[in-house]
Formats: sequence, structure tokens, C-alpha cells
Amino acid sequence: MAADHTPRWQDVTVVDTRDVADRIRRVVLRYDAPQPARAGAHVDVEIPSGEGVLTRSYSVVDASDDGRELALSVHLSATSRGGSAAMHALAPGAVLRATQPLQNFPLGVGAARYVLLAGGIGITAVAGMARTLAARRADYELVYVGRTRPAMAYLDALALAHGDRLSAHVDDEGTGLDVDALLDSIAADPRAAATELYLCGPIRLMDAVRRGWENRGLPATNLRFETFGNSGAWAPQDFIVRIPRLGVQTRVDANSTMLEALEAAGVEMMFDCRKGECGLCQVAVLDLDGRLDHRDVFLSADEKAQDSRLCACVSRAVAADTPRIGDVDAPPTPPSEPAVVTIEVT
Amino acid sequence: MTMTAPRPAQASAPAPAPGPRTTAKIFGYPLNAWYVAAWDHEVTSRGILARRVCDRPLALYRTGDGRIAALADACWHRLAPLSKGRLVGDEEIQCPYHGMRYNAAGRCTHMPAQQTLNPSATVPAYPAVERYRYVWVWLGDPDLADPATIPDMHQMSSPEWAGDGRTIDAGCNYQLIIDNLMDLTHEEFVHSSSIGQEELSEASFETIHDERTVTVTRWMRDIDPPPFWLKNMRDKFPGFSGKVDRWQIIHFEAPSTICIDVGVAKAGTGAPEGDRSQGVNGYVMNTMTPETDRTSHYFWAFMRNYRLDSQLITTQLREGVHGVFGEDEEMLIAQQEAIDANPGHEFYSLNIDMGGMWARRILERMMAAEGRA
Ligand code: FES
Ligand code: FES
Ligand SMILES: [Fe+2]
Repeated sequence: MAADHTPRWQDVTVVDTRDVADRIRRVVLRYDAPQPARAGAHVDVEIPSGEGVLTRSYSVVDASDDGRELALSVHLSATSRGGSAAMHALAPGAVLRATQPLQNFPLGVGAARYVLLAGGIGITAVAGMARTLAARRADYELVYVGRTRPAMAYLDALALAHGDRLSAHVDDEGTGLDVDALLDSIAADPRAAATELYLCGPIRLMDAVRRGWENRGLPATNLRFETFGNSGAWAPQDFIVRIPRLGVQTRVDANSTMLEALEAAGVEMMFDCRKGECGLCQVAVLDLDGRLDHRDVFLSADEKAQDSRLCACVSRAVAADTPRIGDVDAPPTPPSEPAVVTIEVT
Repeated sequence: MTMTAPRPAQASAPAPAPGPRTTAKIFGYPLNAWYVAAWDHEVTSRGILARRVCDRPLALYRTGDGRIAALADACWHRLAPLSKGRLVGDEEIQCPYHGMRYNAAGRCTHMPAQQTLNPSATVPAYPAVERYRYVWVWLGDPDLADPATIPDMHQMSSPEWAGDGRTIDAGCNYQLIIDNLMDLTHEEFVHSSSIGQEELSEASFETIHDERTVTVTRWMRDIDPPPFWLKNMRDKFPGFSGKVDRWQIIHFEAPSTICIDVGVAKAGTGAPEGDRSQGVNGYVMNTMTPETDRTSHYFWAFMRNYRLDSQLITTQLREGVHGVFGEDEEMLIAQQEAIDANPGHEFYSLNIDMGGMWARRILERMMAAEGRA
């Protein structure tokens, strides 16, 4: 059926919650009517929190046979913006507002070969795709990357369901993913031009894959990715944003976005997607004390390297000396001097 | 006559709950089904065909290597109709408004004024298959789109059959056409000058069905051939005159394809028993595609298995049937108008509706399986 983009909000009941990995909790929502959910679909959920009602998107991991129960999986972020902590606190019987399954990440039909690449919680977006491709008897492989084995949700079930088609890459076991080797193998295959790669994972993985895909001349449109699972290269921290022309200076705390902070400061901002895709929220960067953590997919790698613009809905700044996520010597506490970004808005 | 066995009289046991009653009124159409969107020759790599199927506007074209692309006819950006755009290169369609381009899978391949592609930018692409001289599309769940379930219309493209047809832009709901074709007693009243004759409503018929098909068989023995069939007999047997045995075997296949095996043979030469050598045989191929709730694309052809090389006969048959179907069309439009003018009025059914009612039962089941009323 045609893509259905109009959210229909409804009351849903939490019927089951359980941990499926370190910091990852499975939450099953029951709907009044069956909810057709295609591979790649997500639902939007309203989460009451200390800062008001937050709206978050979660992939549909699987559904009950009668289509009334949809399972999500929620990663408790280290610096939760309130959303994931509230989701982890849910107990069976809780009633939430949620939409029907929405589709931004549709699985194509008829590719010669499919590669599904998931990093961490990104598995939630591609697990259903793997199931669909198996049912179609398509040629697919599922590449699942994680930091540690206990942090990888559904790993055993996926191994059982997909056998040799699954390859697990675990950083702390020394089997981390070699992105170049994966892309080389795709490009060397005679079906390269008809191979689709579906990707959901942290922004560093996404950036590496996008760059490598482009460098190898693979068709841009065959690289498919879901963005709402994006995390940055650095853990979020507070930073300062300034607009000298308007005399605005405000602090963006780790739990909110630059776009939200500017709106709260009374700056009239334009936006559409609020997930780093459309570019409508971009601002010009006039000066920078610290580093930019570009989390959008609107700007190209070259544009990001210039640091002259950023997408305020997702991108952030961090203090210059902050180590990247995953670096061994990451300090547990944020630095004392926050980054300062000086911008101009349209 | 086909009859339903009467219920045994009840003694003391409570009556079993009746199954759901099949409704005679107009209802929707299944989406998990193949529908014809166009004749094969209508879809080209030189232009874009706009056609509404199941209330969804489609843009249809062919790639350089001949594959069919069936995209939703509304650009992701501002919904401009892609069918008003143009084809670029071997595979891409360009929006007429701001130039976004999509490939045959509906994926954006070009966005104006930016270096990246928004990953959400796609238009729905529907499975499409070319078969039996038609382009079939599937608007439901693409994972269920199995080409093996395309209704059998093999006479359309078999070397043993010749013929041609046309499309009627029918101003009525597709079910009215199914009803029309599943009961040919109407020929006596609607087509009295060509194929109608009294024996039609007098002859008994037999109805059988399974999960996807319904077959209605009617034989009329030892009758005078109506004008259409006399002409066809004389094409094969010059100078023929006399009585014939006439048959109509209506094959319905879900959701809306009806192939009617029709013909006459010299009376008493064994046609009812299987020897049709002394007769002429045609297949009236019909497949109806819902366009909206009250309009349909009605694709038909008349195929024959004799004098295959005669283009003259092909043309005469096509034009002759076109005239006959014009009479149906008038009735169907008038019927749809009456339905619109009498909202809430039910249909009632006659014995002659047996085949059409089984077709409705099958459609109701398909709809229910999709979770729709
Ligand atoms: S609002 Fe779309 S990229 Fe920020
Ligand atoms: S409406 Fe198609 S590109 Fe703008
Ligand atoms: Fe008719």
C-alpha cells in the first residue's frame, strides 16, 4: 500500500517489558486493532517526562501473529534525554500514546543482493528486514556490530534464524567490523550495482560507510539508512550557542538540542524533519570554540569537514579535549569549560 | 437450475449458526491482488502513462531494458504528478516541478541544490509484471506479490489463439461488471440484435466454485444461431445454415478476471461431449480494474482459435464485440446512476445471480483477510 505518513495517535497498553541486553529493554505495546507493520517501520511514542511530553521514534522489532502487539527495544542512553529512562521505567499495564507503524525506511523489492548492517541498537531497524528477506528467499546477509556481546540485543535469536547469513562483529573480542573490507567485497561482486545496503547505527559507522560507498562509485540511492537511531561521535554535553546579531546567548544542555534551546530563547527557527535529513534548520557557524559533532545526513562529508554550517536539530558541540565515544581512556565526567558556537540564523 | 438444498426441518436440536450472508451491495476491492493497469503497448520508454488504479494514481513507464516501472504519481517533495515529468536516461523519471529524480524502484537519485540525498525521499514503487499482453500491478503488501497468482488469460498470448480488444472507461463500480458477465441471461434483453436469444433465459446452468474461481456452464442445444454466431460459423464453414449447439462457460478468477469460453457447433455433432471440431470457439477475455469506487478500467479482448491468419476477422470480431459491449456499458452507467440516486437501497438477488454471488463471497473473504470490511 502507499506509504502512510499521517500519524494516527492512539492509546496503547504496555503488556510486557524485559531486558534483552545491557541497557536495552524490550517493551511490547498492545493496540486495539491489528497494525500492519512492514520491515523497517517505526512507531512514534509520547513519553511523559520531567521536561514535558517527549516524542521519540522506535523501530518495530517484531509483531505478534494477530498484529495487535508490537515490540520495540529501547536503549538507555548514558546521558538520557529523559525519553529512554522513562521508557525503561514502564511496567505492564501502563498506557501510552503511540502512532501506527510509520514507514521511512522501506525495504526494496527485487535487488540482486541485500546487505543489512546494524550497529548496536540499530539492530531494531533491520531485524525485521532480515526476517522478511529470509521469507522471500532473497540473497541477503546480516552484519551486526557491537561493543560487547552482552550489549548486543537478540544476538542468539538472530543466529538461530539466519545461520551463516549472520556475521557478528564484537569490538572487545577483537572481531570489530572492517568497513573497507565489507565495502570492497560488495564492490567486487558482479552484482555490485544491484546490491542494496541497509544501514542503521551510530553516526561514525554511518559516515564511514557513506564515504566508502561514495568512494567506490556505488549508486548513492542503493545505500539506505535510518537516521533516528543516530548517536554522535561524542557523548552529548552542555555547550553554549551565541547569535551576536540578536544578542542571544544560551546554554544547550546535554538533554536538549540546539534547535530546542534556540526556540526556548525566543529565536524563530525554521525546521521540518527534526532528525537531520532535510537541512531546513541549518545555521551558519561564525566562530567555534570546541568541536562540532555533526549528526545529520543532510551535509556531505566535505561540507561537514568545513564546519561552516550545521543542522541545529541534531548536531552539537563538545569541548575540544573531549575523547570520542569508545576511546579507551574516555573520562567519566564532562569537562568544566563548555564549547561555544557562534552562529547566524536566517 | 442450480438450487441450494433446502435446510432439513428442525426437530429439537438448535439450528446451527448460519455463515455470514454474502452481501449483494457494492463493497470495496482487495488490494492484495494483481490488477491490469494497461495494455503492454501503452507502457513505453518514450513517455509516462498516468493511470489511477484502486484509487491510487500511478505513473507507468519502461526502463531502457524494458522493465516496467509503476510509481505512485506524486512527487515526494510537493506531490507534483510525476507523470507530467519526463524520463531521463535509461531508468529515471524527473519531477516536472523542481527536478527531483527517481529510479524505477522509486528511490530519489537527484535532489536540487544539495550534495546529499535525503534518505526518506522515495515514492512508492509497486510490483509490476507484464503478462498476457497486459501490465499487471500489485498495490497491496509487496511481500505477498507472487506472479503465480496472476489470473490465467493465456489465450491472449498463445499462438493457438488470435484476436484483439479494447479498453472501456466504464462509469461504474467493477462489481457491476462482474455481475454482468457472470450472468449472461441479460444477453436476451440487452443484446437482442446480435447474440441475444430466448433460449438463454430458458436454458439451465450449473455453477461450481473453489477458493479463487467460479465457473458457470450453460448449454443450449439444437437452436438457431443468433446473427453474430451465424457469421462466425460461415467464416469457418462457408455457406453454413441450420441448427447449432451453443455454449457459454464463464470462468471467474479472483479478484476480477472473467474468461468466457463461447461458441456454437453444428447441432448434434458432439460438442457437449467434447468434440468441437464442427464448430467455432471464441474466448471473451475480460479483466476489470477498479479505478475509483464508481469507475473502472475494463480491459477486454475476443480471441478465436480458427482462421488465425485473418486480420479481417480479427478486426470484424473486435468491432462487433465493441458494439455489443457498448450496450452493456450504457446499462452499467444507468445502473450506477440509479445506485447513486438511491443511497441505502439494497440489491436483491435472483437464481441467475448464483455465479456473481460466489464471486462476491470470494472477494469478501479476500477483503476480510486484509482486515478490511
Ligand atoms: S529540521 Fe530537518 S535537518 Fe534539521
Ligand atoms: S514537487 Fe517534485 S521536485 Fe518539487
Ligand atoms: Fe453483455
